[in-house]
Amino acid sequence: MIEVSNLSVTFRNGRRPIHAVRGVSFEVADGETFGIVGESGSGKSTILKAIAGLAKTELPSLKINGQDVGSKRSKADRRLMQFVFQDPYGSLHPRQTVDDILREPLLIHGVGQIEEKVSEALADVGLLPQHRFRFPHQLSGGQRQRVAIARALILKPRILLLDEPTSALDVSIQAEILNLISRLRRSYQLTSILVSHDLGVVAHLCGRIAIMQHGLLVELLDVESLRRGEAKEAYTRELLAASRGYSRLVE
Amino acid sequence: MSMSPLLEVENLNVSFPGRGGLTHAVRNATFSLGRERLGIVGESGSGKSTTGRALLGLIPRPGIVSAKRMSFAGQNLMGLPDAEWLALRGRRISMVMQDPKYSLNPVIKVGLQIQETYRLHHRTSAEDARKRAMAMLEAVKIRDPDLVYHLYPHQLSGGMGQRVMIAMMLIAEPDLLIADEPTSALDVTVQNQVLRILDDLVRDRGMGLIFISHNLTIVSSFCDRVLVMYGGRIVEECQANDLQKAKHPYTRALIKAAPSLEHPVGELAVVTRDPEWLK
Repeated sequence: MIEVSNLSVTFRNGRRPIHAVRGVSFEVADGETFGIVGESGSGKSTILKAIAGLAKTELPSLKINGQDVGSKRSKADRRLMQFVFQDPYGSLHPRQTVDDILREPLLIHGVGQIEEKVSEALADVGLLPQHRFRFPHQLSGGQRQRVAIARALILKPRILLLDEPTSALDVSIQAEILNLISRLRRSYQLTSILVSHDLGVVAHLCGRIAIMQHGLLVELLDVESLRRGEAKEAYTRELLAASRGYSRLVE
Repeated sequence: MSMSPLLEVENLNVSFPGRGGLTHAVRNATFSLGRERLGIVGESGSGKSTTGRALLGLIPRPGIVSAKRMSFAGQNLMGLPDAEWLALRGRRISMVMQDPKYSLNPVIKVGLQIQETYRLHHRTSAEDARKRAMAMLEAVKIRDPDLVYHLYPHQLSGGMGQRVMIAMMLIAEPDLLIADEPTSALDVTVQNQVLRILDDLVRDRGMGLIFISHNLTIVSSFCDRVLVMYGGRIVEECQANDLQKAKHPYTRALIKAAPSLEHPVGELAVVTRDPEWLK
């Protein structure tokens, strides 16, 4: 479904080039949930942005459904994949109601039956009809993230890109959102990529996991070997140790 | 070590008046602290940060703080005049905040910020204060203190900024450090280094540490004892390494709600809140 081959993204800070992603390749099969783990600045979010066409790549290095896609995207391309961002406080327009927010993608893509679609989308993510005309500040963090997920799914995309969807939320709310994501990806038959710094979250949802460091893909593991701690790279082992909590012995 | 606890809190209540009446942020919190690492865990709004702030007399007006007893090293903290708070804060009790991006002064070089606490509490020469600030940067394992001393906060990485804050809080050698989510803004591998520094300081100086966090894994592996807060109440107190065997349904639900690497589950357990917990 998604083929990434030798993807590189370079930003420029004045004259200094910053190589955010350096020659990363992987494939995501139809219906798979692929995980990307790494620390801040490792390039994991940039990969998602490049796939969504929000970051310029150096070479054409992306195939979706067997077709080359560049950084210019048609409306149909954009409709095919949708994005859920990390911060539900920052990714919703503060002066728009939930109704406005969910209506907008439908209007842009000229989809009919707006009324039905909006109320269906709300019900799908477990929000009540009374939430429909509220503003984001009248919702809790978990409810806002539900709105962001509803907005992403309202166009019935094939691909869902999730950038740290639960890292701004409390553990109990995180559990609800993760359960919601795993239910929706079944019912919508989604292919998705989940980016997170939390190994537990990624292992919970994903079958295969890429470990990123300094813009490079250092290791690709399936979830069982990750759970058993069978990592070849020192960096992956370090991440695994850190996720188990504090230990005086780890340097 | 010492016989009497460093800090004793009995029936601490913090509330804020608002349009809908009083909001109780902390209700009847009772605990004591020796020279140990005490963790306070809970979700947002559980009152953990407010408890930390109350211990420093930093509850803003019109917040109301009341307690049957709140004493630090034998000194009563209730109704302490402002001047005495100033002598205490920074010198004997300090607080490390969550995010170095917002807690450091962006227009002052970090070296001078570190000195400030020391110079406020000790009569000393500029040269001596500079040397101490330098020594503190070394103590928090900053590789090139001469360089970092002259940097502005925006030139530091998150991990370095957090270490600078710790240096700032420890230069006056306080007896009690309150660390409010000191590692939440950091990457996991850096997190361990910062915890190691705090750990060493508790061991070497015999300092008391209150470690406020939402992360059960870190608290149970780092602290000696843990308080679990929910809705402003301390619902459970236990030894940190017994946290997995916690009894309170809320603590149990929190542990289950976190996805774990070792124990995969099909669906995560959702926390169902019982109004009984608030009684």
